[in-house]
Amino acid sequence: MTATADTAAAPAAKPAARRRRGGTGWWVSWLQVAPLAVILTVFLVLPIAAIVTVSFWDYDSVRIIPDFVLTNYEELFGSTVTWRIYLNTLKYVALTWTLTLLIGFTVAWFLAFHVRSVTWQMVLFLVCTIPFWTSNIIRMISWIPFLGRNGLLNSSLLSMGVIDAPLEFLLFSDFSVVLAYVHLYTLFMVVPIFNTMMRIDRSLVEAARDAGANGFQILTSVILPLTKPGIAIGSIFVVTQVMGDFITVRLMSGGQSASVGLMMANEISLLQYPAAAANAVILLLVVLLMVAAMLRVVDIRKEL
Amino acid sequence: MKTGERRPVSFYLLAAFFGLFVLFLYGPIVTIGILSFQGPNGGLTFPMNGVSLHWFGNLFERQAVGDFGGSFTRSILLGFIVMGITVVVSLAAGFAFRRPFPGSKALFYLTVASLIVPSVLVSLGIGLMFNIAGIEPNWYSSALGAHLTWTLPFGLLIMFAVFNRFNRAFEEAARDLGATPWQTVRHVVVPIILPSLIGIALFGFTLSYDEFARTLMTAGSFNTLPLEIYGMTTNVTTPVLYALGTVTTVFSFVVIGLAVGGVLLIGRRRSRHGSDAGKGV
Repeated sequence: MTATADTAAAPAAKPAARRRRGGTGWWVSWLQVAPLAVILTVFLVLPIAAIVTVSFWDYDSVRIIPDFVLTNYEELFGSTVTWRIYLNTLKYVALTWTLTLLIGFTVAWFLAFHVRSVTWQMVLFLVCTIPFWTSNIIRMISWIPFLGRNGLLNSSLLSMGVIDAPLEFLLFSDFSVVLAYVHLYTLFMVVPIFNTMMRIDRSLVEAARDAGANGFQILTSVILPLTKPGIAIGSIFVVTQVMGDFITVRLMSGGQSASVGLMMANEISLLQYPAAAANAVILLLVVLLMVAAMLRVVDIRKEL
Repeated sequence: MKTGERRPVSFYLLAAFFGLFVLFLYGPIVTIGILSFQGPNGGLTFPMNGVSLHWFGNLFERQAVGDFGGSFTRSILLGFIVMGITVVVSLAAGFAFRRPFPGSKALFYLTVASLIVPSVLVSLGIGLMFNIAGIEPNWYSSALGAHLTWTLPFGLLIMFAVFNRFNRAFEEAARDLGATPWQTVRHVVVPIILPSLIGIALFGFTLSYDEFARTLMTAGSFNTLPLEIYGMTTNVTTPVLYALGTVTTVFSFVVIGLAVGGVLLIGRRRSRHGSDAGKGV
């Protein structure tokens, strides 16, 4: 059996091999990307396939049962809770996106166009990016002594006489959730926008000034349009991070709010894997649609 | 260039905005840094009730806060493994992507997808996959894979950025001088892009060391440090939490400092030795 298969395959394989060797040497490229391709297949493609499969399985309180049922999706779409949670997540996305964009753009604009020495530019840019390499959880926790009922902000406002009673909305609220998101993800905006701005030809700005444009006009008619690709890349990062987040919502809302990711995480902790999987499939589709929409503005490979 | 020119008002407004942004970025972490030195009877907020190292000592008592030492060691080890794999795999793939090859576009989009697929999904998927296959998840297998889906895209994107700016004349010169392809890579290309490789290593280590969501369902029976910290947020109500935050943040800063220092050192060495063109070497 195997012998015949080998002899049958051999003549077919030979010309293909010769073509490759004589041609561009693709096999070298394939060898070089093989580890990347294998890792992504095993730890990204197969797991997503597992999620899609399990989303059609059945489950009871102790185990998951291979099957083909649509109940997980029916329950998901049938519940008003799902819709409310999606709406709430989208609210977080919209608020976070707006704030990170405004802050990120302003910071990048300052760094790229107002700081004149390259050394200072790099130092300040590094200052903005360092928190990215530290723990997100710690960065969230660190807001607690600041925002809490007896926290720094409340006690200083009280002692200044601005307020009579501590502000309750500061911690464990939508406010603290969005604040944490902005704190965590603004640098995802700063970096790509700064990167795009640094590649804008400075003579365009000079030309606009010579043609009589004021600073504001230069910003809105020259810099902003040319920064669109950076804004798109930053937006993709921020939107996907917030869409899939659960830990920030859990820590910063103190259990008062929900997001799609948190709904999934709760189902996981209750071992309701098929329900979580159905949720995950829908979340993935929503995220991919959002990214596809944003990718219409930008060709990522050109921007690197 | 324009040093003599007076700065416009907008510069000072933006500089103030930038200052506030930096305060916003670093203020909270400085706060918990100070609070971690609370006296033994101090609480989670100001005022400081004396100054002590009590909570740092508390950190190393095994019963007090779970398994800090074990999870710290695991996280560092995992970080180094992820770092090594990320650098090597991204470098190799970076070379391949310099020329078109069949499937390059698909693989590129797969890598970008890896970046945008929500972490909790990767975590769930790998957990389910191991569950179905009947393999016990472990920090050095499933969690390692989960972390790589986050670090490899960054590594590859950095390699793209590097090779988009790389001057091929260096390689051509090496080839003309009789270097083999391997010698060209080893003695010409790698030394030139070394600072970027350090950057990739920094991403690989720190992103793994701090990763939470992707580890949640993939770590198996032993916690990594972020999982340990997360567990503490729900049941620890003393400044020991801040002490832990301070220790891990200082550790992160040391790692970042080493990487930045390494890059600066390479740059300085280069400018000191400069080019040997025309020196008859």
